[in-house]
Amino acid sequence: MHIHLAWRNIWRNPRRTTVILTAVVIGIWSMVFLGALMRGMMTGMIDNGISTLTGDIQVHHKGYRNDPVIENSMTNPSMLKKILNDTLPNGSQWTARIRVNAVANNARHYSGVTMVGINPAQEAKISFIGPERIQGKYLDSMDHHGIVIGRELLEKFETRIGKKLVLMSQDTNQEIASRAFKIIGIFTAEMKATEKQFVFVTMSAAEKMLKLKNTISEISIIIPENHNNSKIASDIREVLPPKDYEVHTWQELLHILTAYLEMFDQFMYIWFVVVFIAMGFGIVNTTLMAVYERMREFGLLKALGMKPWWIVRSVIYESFLLLIMGMAIGNLLAFACIHALSKNGIDLSYLAEGADYFGISRIIFPDIFFQDVLVANLVVIVLGIIVSIYPAVRAARFTPVEALAHI
Amino acid sequence: MSIDIKMAWRNIWRNPRRTIITISAIAFACLLLVFMLSFQFGSYETMINSSIKIHAGHLQIQAKEYQEKQNIRMVVPNPEETGRILDNVLYVESYTYRAKAFSLVSSKNRTYGVMVIGIDPSREKMVSTIKNSIRQGSYLSMEDKNQAIVGRLLAKNLGVLPGDELTIMGQGRDGSIAATVVSVKGIYASGIDEFDRSSIQIPLTVFQDVYTMDNAVHEVVVIGDSLRNISKIKKNVQGQLKKLKENEFLTVLDWEELMPGLRQGIEMDLTMGIVFYLLLIIVVAFSILNTFLMAIFERTKEFGVLMAIGTTPGRITKLLLIESISLTMVGIIAGIFIGSLLTLFFQYHGIDLSGSSELLAQYGISGMIYPKLSLLSALSGPFAVFFITVLAALYPALKIRKLQPVEAMLHV
Repeated sequence: MHIHLAWRNIWRNPRRTTVILTAVVIGIWSMVFLGALMRGMMTGMIDNGISTLTGDIQVHHKGYRNDPVIENSMTNPSMLKKILNDTLPNGSQWTARIRVNAVANNARHYSGVTMVGINPAQEAKISFIGPERIQGKYLDSMDHHGIVIGRELLEKFETRIGKKLVLMSQDTNQEIASRAFKIIGIFTAEMKATEKQFVFVTMSAAEKMLKLKNTISEISIIIPENHNNSKIASDIREVLPPKDYEVHTWQELLHILTAYLEMFDQFMYIWFVVVFIAMGFGIVNTTLMAVYERMREFGLLKALGMKPWWIVRSVIYESFLLLIMGMAIGNLLAFACIHALSKNGIDLSYLAEGADYFGISRIIFPDIFFQDVLVANLVVIVLGIIVSIYPAVRAARFTPVEALAHI
Repeated sequence: MSIDIKMAWRNIWRNPRRTIITISAIAFACLLLVFMLSFQFGSYETMINSSIKIHAGHLQIQAKEYQEKQNIRMVVPNPEETGRILDNVLYVESYTYRAKAFSLVSSKNRTYGVMVIGIDPSREKMVSTIKNSIRQGSYLSMEDKNQAIVGRLLAKNLGVLPGDELTIMGQGRDGSIAATVVSVKGIYASGIDEFDRSSIQIPLTVFQDVYTMDNAVHEVVVIGDSLRNISKIKKNVQGQLKKLKENEFLTVLDWEELMPGLRQGIEMDLTMGIVFYLLLIIVVAFSILNTFLMAIFERTKEFGVLMAIGTTPGRITKLLLIESISLTMVGIIAGIFIGSLLTLFFQYHGIDLSGSSELLAQYGISGMIYPKLSLLSALSGPFAVFFITVLAALYPALKIRKLQPVEAMLHV
């Protein structure tokens, strides 16, 4: 009955209701839609970070993170392999790498790079590198002289596929080791910085160059989506001898990104409240108008014996209905927009260097976070009802005599 | 005061509660926009200034294509001559010379490939803030010969402290091997990890000697008196350089060309901000549209009477527009006033964001952000609010034209 009454009351003045409804709809729409876009940007950053040789979890020799040199390598890969196979949940993928700082040079140019010795087939399942993202040839595990480099580096070095590239780095005897490679493939990445930084060779080529045997510098693990990586990380931590190994999650490895995410969460919730305040003024004003117009009616109801509390309740029912309607339409619109964008995303290529500067992908795909949608809707409904208490209480205060005298 | 304005003003205050709520909505939007835009502009300026002061400078004179290729052979052969030009250019505050080469730097048991930068200590300290970011040891002085200052992260990676020795090995300008031994005099922490990880600075004279540069340098770095005058300086220097034929392979780059990522990053941030603000303004506009609408519906009868006694619909529309514009103006002025006060407060005291200082340091912002109130940041947001609200007010005001006096008077 109450709901029915409230519904009819709302539509006594359709134009006014439509206007305020529009305000609520745009508000909700912007919260959910822009929220999803921002989230998409964040997810892009995270995916990017994870696929740029980070993975969900990494295992290193103690001290490698602070001092990434060849001395801080893990010397027992077969033991690690056994432990990982026992601890990791089904569906996990992992790969081992040799990773050292090196200097790349050809006849004309020098540059500092990170040389990564990989197991090509396994690496392709874990990182951004793999046959699909490569122009030319991808590495083959038996290839001792092939090297895959990024497009930016290639351009900077004014070289091309088939040309020679020399890498220099410190070997296990702390001597400068150098080795000539032939460029066989070019990779492209989201970030230009990545294309400049990494060069890929096979594990065996890296071993030969650095005079290593059965040694790896890093293990990178991707776990199935429904698992918690910090829990798995602590599982691994438990079985590995802590004085030799360290295990990190991506949140720890990409700590700047993690800090960014935290700041972003706060920003988003502040934005929700700000948008609400903007529509809150409208809700209060419109409800007040609606109430004052019906002063006579409320007076009469009171004269007939209706309790003030009932009047408060009926006014609140009205704004509740209004808010629910606005939310339904707003959410629907937002989801429609998100759906429309989910195929092609928003292309930021024209600001590619700016995107690089902030570490954002060049194409943003919206990403719905259930929690954000919930918070946005809760903010609107809870605060919306709180602000309509004021007009409701006003309505309940009309005294019958005064109200009935009002025209 | 004309009768119309007087009438409009009285009409606004017929329902004070509604008017105050409407004004508050407008003031809130303006206040927020003034503050946020000032905040954004302030942080951009901090970002730009710190990137400029750490390394890039406002302007650089380089050989053409050096920026892209960083080839050691692309030099400015007569830096003193360019210096003499710069001495006479208005707004130039200071300038310095630098030479750069990628080289291998080794400590006792570590080797890294880094950028070795030759600097002129006495000039450099007028241009860059590195002198103030020395954390250990001290800055280079004019008398120093084989001394170097090293970035914090590089020093950590190399495992060196002030007093330790480093071997530098690279290729000279003429293709010969360039090698020297320097001792670490100081360690700097600019806050930008990338820079602190990949650079070491030595005296320019030593650099020129080791890398067979003769008298040449790679960059002439210029600092102007403010960001605003950079384009004037650039034009002026370009003109002066063109006078001499031998300078035609030199080019002048401003900070936007030196750091394209920074400029686009700022553009992107600003664009996103504008999208958010526009949506906010539209929500506000719809919130207050009802006030404008109601003002008409409640007064249909009154308008009927006015029309019956000979007021033209045009005049009533004008009256209504004056009402809504003055309502908006009151809100906007209040918003600008409070927003400016708030901004000025934080401009003076700063906003402490030290919780995320590590993150912000990467963009050259230290723990504090100072919003910067300017005519642009104080007025552009409110102007948008004004424009959109007036647009919203237009709809009800134009509806008056359809009103028939007799029907209107019968309206309750």
